[in-house]
Amino acid sequence: MAFKHKDLLSLRDVEREEIEMILSTADSMWQLLDSPTKKTAHLQGKSIVTLFYENSTRTRMSFELASKYMSSASANISASASSVQKGETLIDTGRTLDRMGTDVIIIRHPMSGAPHLLASHVNAAVINAGDGVNEHPTQALLDMFTIKRHLGRLNGLKVAIVGDVMHSRVARSNIFGLHTMGAEVALCAPPTLMPVKMEELGVKTYTRVEEAVEGADVVMGLRIQKERQEEGNFPSLREYSNYFGINSERLKYAKPGALVMHPGPMNRGVELTSDVADGEQSVINEQVRSGVAVRMALLYLLTRKGVQ
Amino acid sequence: MKLLIKNGTLPGLGVCDLLAEDGVIAKIEKDIACQDAQVVDATGLTVLPGMVDLHCHLRDPGYEYKEDIVSGTRAAAAGGFTSVCCMANTNPVNDNAVVTAYIVHKAETSGSGVHVYPIGALSHGLKGETMAEIGDMAKAGAVAISDDGKPVMNAHLMRLAMEYGAAFGMTVFDHCEDINLVNKGVMNEGYNSTLLGLRGTTRAAEEVQIARDIVLSETLNLPVHICHVSTKGGVELIRQAKARGVKVTAETAPHYLAGTDDMVVSYSAATRVNPPLRLAADQEALIQGLCDGTLDAIATDHAPHHRDEKEVEYNLAASGISGFETAFALCIETLVHAHHMTLEDFVRVACTNPARIIGKNCGELKVGKDADIILADLNQEWCVDSRKFLSKGKNTPFHGRMVHGRVKETYVGGKRIYRDED
Repeated sequence: MAFKHKDLLSLRDVEREEIEMILSTADSMWQLLDSPTKKTAHLQGKSIVTLFYENSTRTRMSFELASKYMSSASANISASASSVQKGETLIDTGRTLDRMGTDVIIIRHPMSGAPHLLASHVNAAVINAGDGVNEHPTQALLDMFTIKRHLGRLNGLKVAIVGDVMHSRVARSNIFGLHTMGAEVALCAPPTLMPVKMEELGVKTYTRVEEAVEGADVVMGLRIQKERQEEGNFPSLREYSNYFGINSERLKYAKPGALVMHPGPMNRGVELTSDVADGEQSVINEQVRSGVAVRMALLYLLTRKGVQ
Repeated sequence: MKLLIKNGTLPGLGVCDLLAEDGVIAKIEKDIACQDAQVVDATGLTVLPGMVDLHCHLRDPGYEYKEDIVSGTRAAAAGGFTSVCCMANTNPVNDNAVVTAYIVHKAETSGSGVHVYPIGALSHGLKGETMAEIGDMAKAGAVAISDDGKPVMNAHLMRLAMEYGAAFGMTVFDHCEDINLVNKGVMNEGYNSTLLGLRGTTRAAEEVQIARDIVLSETLNLPVHICHVSTKGGVELIRQAKARGVKVTAETAPHYLAGTDDMVVSYSAATRVNPPLRLAADQEALIQGLCDGTLDAIATDHAPHHRDEKEVEYNLAASGISGFETAFALCIETLVHAHHMTLEDFVRVACTNPARIIGKNCGELKVGKDADIILADLNQEWCVDSRKFLSKGKNTPFHGRMVHGRVKETYVGGKRIYRDED
């Protein structure tokens, strides 16, 4: 079986078998990361471009290292957010990259649906590295990979996601992916940071952290951005962390040994207290390593299409 | 000059002939004989009054790359409209008599023959601060005032405009959206916005402003017209107000009857419009509102845009749908073919009521009314192909949809201005 899609835009339409294939391919890549010479020829002769309209350190670096470990030619384009409106159109940029022989375009964009627009106008495979408040499918895949490595499965698990769900593309992709894999998702956020009709996606929603994490196998914090306070979605970071932060007391409501995760970058003392973030249950640093393995797996699967 | 339309089917009258003389309907009877008239055989076709559109954007002056008065009025004629009211968000803004007169003059001299009635800006520059020269614009031919796409957030200014405008017979046409509640939303807030990760606009944004306008209208005992109602709650507010005798009138648009936010799932910017496409329950309420008289009129909100303004990220895309050339089929399908209303009811909401709201002698097939007439084939099946639009704006989410009902010929003042060549 091969990966069915030309692009990875969303986890909404990725099937269970495909996710399993990505995760098992990532297992092999993880081994490679452990070896002394991190180099394969899987992407030799392929060219990979990261096209980022938003700042990013770990996602971009992760993709870049993944493509380099696999011997591709890679290039990075940083476009400022203002160039989205004033510069070349996204479609024109995509066509240009296509003509230069790009095999994979990895795009991060401040607006939801932008990777879909790009993908419908280019021959290159498009990977969504985060679009607006919509999705961040590779983050969800690396989260699932991390969970599976530790707990051995995804089916039947309860994952509690706490934080700014409304503006979180991480939450949305995780909901779609985890559901496909048979896990249950509980969300907790202030009502002003919870999108409407969330329950219709098949999740349970809470405003008390204790209730959301009750019996959870995994507790995931989401980054809260300062701009959201300026927009008036909550009164202060202080009050936010008092009522919606994950601390060791609240973590006790989860199953013993539940994993603590965060997509980063973390605001210590806001989403998670430092003792929780650095505690025994935390796999936050490992998530980053999983990210490289999962992205290697994806680049491999997306560029291998048609080779068979 | 005489026009004799033979053997067409008139709503409520069956097969009849219609004679127009000097631009006015002179006779509606069976078997009219007239030696010196131009004769049109309408056998198998339905004869209707030309539609009257209370709300469109002709983009002229200033945005001729989107549309101009020539292309816009040709598209209107092809869509079965014989009178259209164009909004003031041109460049320069139609907030003074000079721009109003330019629009009227250009429509008369180089338009397709469709009557163009400008709607003047309510405020200077559409800024929502101080009243535009409403009296001057009325004298130059404007028929109403509106800041349309720029909702009037200042309730006191709205009050002043309603009072001052009334002295010149100018009713405020209000685009009801509270821009704070819109909060940069780009589609209806609901399951689909959550699914797509696009920022949603609560329906309350529209309903809060409708409620405010109703309260002002009731308090001042002055008329107000609510533009493009899109929500069930909006219909209910207007229904209750009318029951109390408030002088409120209202319109909805064909795309709210024929489209829902399910169409946004592809992120196609053709679906972006303000207010946004809503839900099936809203469609039902709007249809009910048109049937029971809560909503007076259908207006297109024809909003042509250039391709480059739509082939971009959803958040960046211009809002609006090119509506003239699909309105008839979408309305006939959703209202008449779906058995919600009779053809006579359709004439009431598409022609008679809007003509009454702007005080024009058209919109009815009666002796003495203007001979603004369309011939239509109610059952002709055709596929919406925006590339064939006469409008410069090809932006429609209905491209590719099979529809029933087509305008075959359009007459203004007894003179043919459009004939379907397809």
